[in-house]
Amino acid sequence: MDNMILTIITFLPVLGVLAILLIPKEQVVSIRHTTLFFTLVTFVASLCLIFRFDPVATGMQFEVNIPWIEQFGIGYHLGIDSISLLLILLTTFLTAIATLSTFKAVEHSHRGFYISILLLETGMLGVFAALDLFMFYVFWEIMLVPMYFLIGIWGGTRRIYAAIKFVLFTMIGSLLMLVAILVIYFQYHGLNGEFTTDLIKLTGMPLARDMQMWLFAAFGLAFIIKVPMWPFHTWLPDAHVEAPTAGSVILAGVLLKMGVYGFLRFCLPMFPIATFEFIPIISILAVIGIIYGALVAMVQKDIKSLVAFSSVSHMGFIMLGMMTLNLQGMQGSILQMINHGISTGALFLLVGMIYERRHTRMISEYGGLASQMPVYSTFFMIVLLSSIGVPGTNGFVGEFLILLGAWKFNAVYAILAATGVVFAACYMLWMYQRVFYGKVTNPANQTLTDMSLREKIVLVPLIILIFWIGVYPKPLLNLLEPSVKAVMAQVEVGRAEYNAYHGIVESVASEIELSDAENVKPEGTE
Amino acid sequence: MPQLDAAININIVLPEISLLIASFLLLTIVPLAKQRIISSIISLASVAVSLYFIYAMWNHQQTGYFGMVTCDNFCLFSKVIFLITCGGAVMLSRDYLVKRGMDRPEYYAMMLISTSGMMFMVSSSNLMVIFIGLEIMSLPLYVLAGFFKDDVKSTESAAKYFFMGAFASAFLLYGIALVYGGTGTTDLSKIFMSTGIALQKNELYLIIGAALILIGFAFKIAAFPFHMWVPDVYQGAPTPVTAFFSIGPKAAGIAVLLRIFIIGFGGVYESFTIIFWILAFLTMATGNIFALMQNDVKRMLAYSSIAHAGYLMLALTAGSSEAVSAALFYLLAYSFFNMGAFAIVTIVENKTGTNHIDTYKGLASRHPWLAVFLALFMFSLAGFPPTAGFIGKFYIFSAAIKANLVWLVVAAVMNSLISVYYYLRPIKAAFFEKAEGEESSAVQLTLGPLMVVAIIITSVGALGLGLFPNYFLKLAAASGLMMM
Repeated sequence: MDNMILTIITFLPVLGVLAILLIPKEQVVSIRHTTLFFTLVTFVASLCLIFRFDPVATGMQFEVNIPWIEQFGIGYHLGIDSISLLLILLTTFLTAIATLSTFKAVEHSHRGFYISILLLETGMLGVFAALDLFMFYVFWEIMLVPMYFLIGIWGGTRRIYAAIKFVLFTMIGSLLMLVAILVIYFQYHGLNGEFTTDLIKLTGMPLARDMQMWLFAAFGLAFIIKVPMWPFHTWLPDAHVEAPTAGSVILAGVLLKMGVYGFLRFCLPMFPIATFEFIPIISILAVIGIIYGALVAMVQKDIKSLVAFSSVSHMGFIMLGMMTLNLQGMQGSILQMINHGISTGALFLLVGMIYERRHTRMISEYGGLASQMPVYSTFFMIVLLSSIGVPGTNGFVGEFLILLGAWKFNAVYAILAATGVVFAACYMLWMYQRVFYGKVTNPANQTLTDMSLREKIVLVPLIILIFWIGVYPKPLLNLLEPSVKAVMAQVEVGRAEYNAYHGIVESVASEIELSDAENVKPEGTE
Repeated sequence: MPQLDAAININIVLPEISLLIASFLLLTIVPLAKQRIISSIISLASVAVSLYFIYAMWNHQQTGYFGMVTCDNFCLFSKVIFLITCGGAVMLSRDYLVKRGMDRPEYYAMMLISTSGMMFMVSSSNLMVIFIGLEIMSLPLYVLAGFFKDDVKSTESAAKYFFMGAFASAFLLYGIALVYGGTGTTDLSKIFMSTGIALQKNELYLIIGAALILIGFAFKIAAFPFHMWVPDVYQGAPTPVTAFFSIGPKAAGIAVLLRIFIIGFGGVYESFTIIFWILAFLTMATGNIFALMQNDVKRMLAYSSIAHAGYLMLALTAGSSEAVSAALFYLLAYSFFNMGAFAIVTIVENKTGTNHIDTYKGLASRHPWLAVFLALFMFSLAGFPPTAGFIGKFYIFSAAIKANLVWLVVAAVMNSLISVYYYLRPIKAAFFEKAEGEESSAVQLTLGPLMVVAIIITSVGALGLGLFPNYFLKLAAASGLMMM
């Protein structure tokens, strides 16, 4: 059972696709319910992972490794550690939520829409579960296809442009990654005489510094575009704004995390020397992204593009946290991935709800909604505070840990990044003020109805998570600790050679930061 | 006499003979039959028989006709590709020809003869027999291109193809003559053996001869800068014939080039690597960049086929046994998905009469399944996983990287990126855009049974080779090794 469960989770949505194909396309309601059923079953199945997951063990769990293309030494190798576990849970959770949110939003070609959602889910789960470079690449690319259709068919006015831009941007990076995968493949063969794309075998392979630099650059480009980091972020506002609500939720909630996950799983462990070389560049780009995203978000007229640019800023935080290479920073970074998925996903859902009613997202069209839709306004406020990172919400824990880690790593970056939090408060609250406070000036807003039961059901789980992680993040942090330390240990391998190359003599022997996760608890319980 | 029989070994050409018998029947008896579909059935039956003979000969290396014809796994694998192409084109043709009142047996006879020419071509290790095979392949192709003799474009296509083909043949013959002058033989393995001596005495003959042979085949596979004829010829020819053109002769040309250069000119291969490098790069780039600007889907596929010739030339540049296997596997995959793409083009053309990209608008709402298959084939052409196109590219790129051609592979993946843009255009039109005139939605789509079978086979191939490529990869690997 334990070695089957990942396969079952990954391909359950495909089973759902087959089920939907059997339903006549006129029966929209049963198509919706079938999709919801399968996403929920997938979610429940992924919950089973938690109970069977051994939190103290290092290394991969639930592994399955059978040959797939023997000719090339490619295996069907799945397995997860706690990092992938959390991201898989996030994926199945958000997909179910997103599916529930679409019941009114999709107006045509229902069958195609739900098939795309389910295929997308399989692609995303595969990316997080794959432990074979080839498999990872296959899932990474497969995911593009349903997303392309989701944006292109059910998107807004500039959907075609956005869809093609999304695909081409992602492809630039991923094709170079393919070349890099092939180079590693032959490097490993040269060293060990075996053809394999197995990540576990390839990790820790001694590669020359220059080779690592090239390979890190090729992988890193693919991931940086996906994250996206400034200056490769330009596809993101288009894709987010034009995508249908469910697409935006999944895009922001899960797809962006794949870039960060790629760094954690592939770049850092496989190319430790290059990691140290690239830390300055990536962390500077991250800081630029934090500030740039926040400033651009401030001047947006469209609520959805405001949220989209806020994502650029938040993803900057996540990348900065990862590049600190200390326990707090990296734990915070992974936790913030989950948080960002929850809070930005919720923001997109909220924007989608108001869009369904008014078919506009312009801030200037609204005003005084607080009196018309009190429940909606409350929900919006909670999510917004979480996105800003107010203590007591999940966003605070993640950002605080990241800033803590960044301070140890480089105080200047930490200070600059902290301004991003201030800016976030500015643009979010200013938007909230313009949309919800004051008098209802636009007559079209006078007939707005408050949230329906379904919409509340969609949001309540997210709100619960916001507070839960905000108040009691310890279980998650404990869960993450062994995996994060494993990644840190893998990177640490490269420090000696990096120091030797640059002639750095360290007074203190290089050590892995082992400060306890307990230290973090007081801030979270505020 | 038994000795003579053994030396001739007629079994070795049984696959070709079965096609030729069928074409003979098609030209003599079938015209008397009332049911036109008989000609399709006979053609497909002969393809099946031929495939059976190939299956029986697999792994039995043998020679015949006093060493003029050889039969190894490499040539058998190539023959399978030709037969798939031929069978596919036959299946595509039925609806197309019936619609235009041109369902004549001689059409199928020409296709079978041409296929047998390709098969002769790859199974020989002698330049003269290769040349004869090439001519047997080409002459029916000229006829097929101009099969709609009342159609100006079709006639233009035939004329252009004929003149270009004649040029190519002349280059090739001249090259063969020079090589003969340099080495005193037309047999590939003997050329290889006498290379050392030839290089000391008659270096120029051998090198120039090889270069002229390369030019001759570059015309056939539509490599840069000998690709100019492709768009017009492909666009003007009947669509199923274009499908046939874009796979069959290209596969034959690549296979023979691999054999000639790796076996025959193995001694001077080093001198050609740089030329192959440049040709591969320019062929990919030209095909892809010009394909970007096309609004006619058939013409776009013509340029895309140039680009695919470029990817195949990567294998030629690498020149290892993996590269040969990779090229064979790629051609097999390509024969499925390119044939499938042309099947969709044929259906749309049958229905609307044009191939303009605008006619694809709203296809997904009118005929969802057709649009889904279109998407599958386009994604496969673009090399998206988990389709056959991806595994094919992966194999070729890996062979090239193994041969230290990293920058050429980087160029190739950038080319793939360009190609994604234009392969997505028909999908974009079909799924994202709405047709201008809604009256077309009323037209019911009727597909002949052969067309349905063709789409099923090609889509199973395009997906199956992507998901479970093991078996065919092993066959391709066996074929590549055999040639070394």
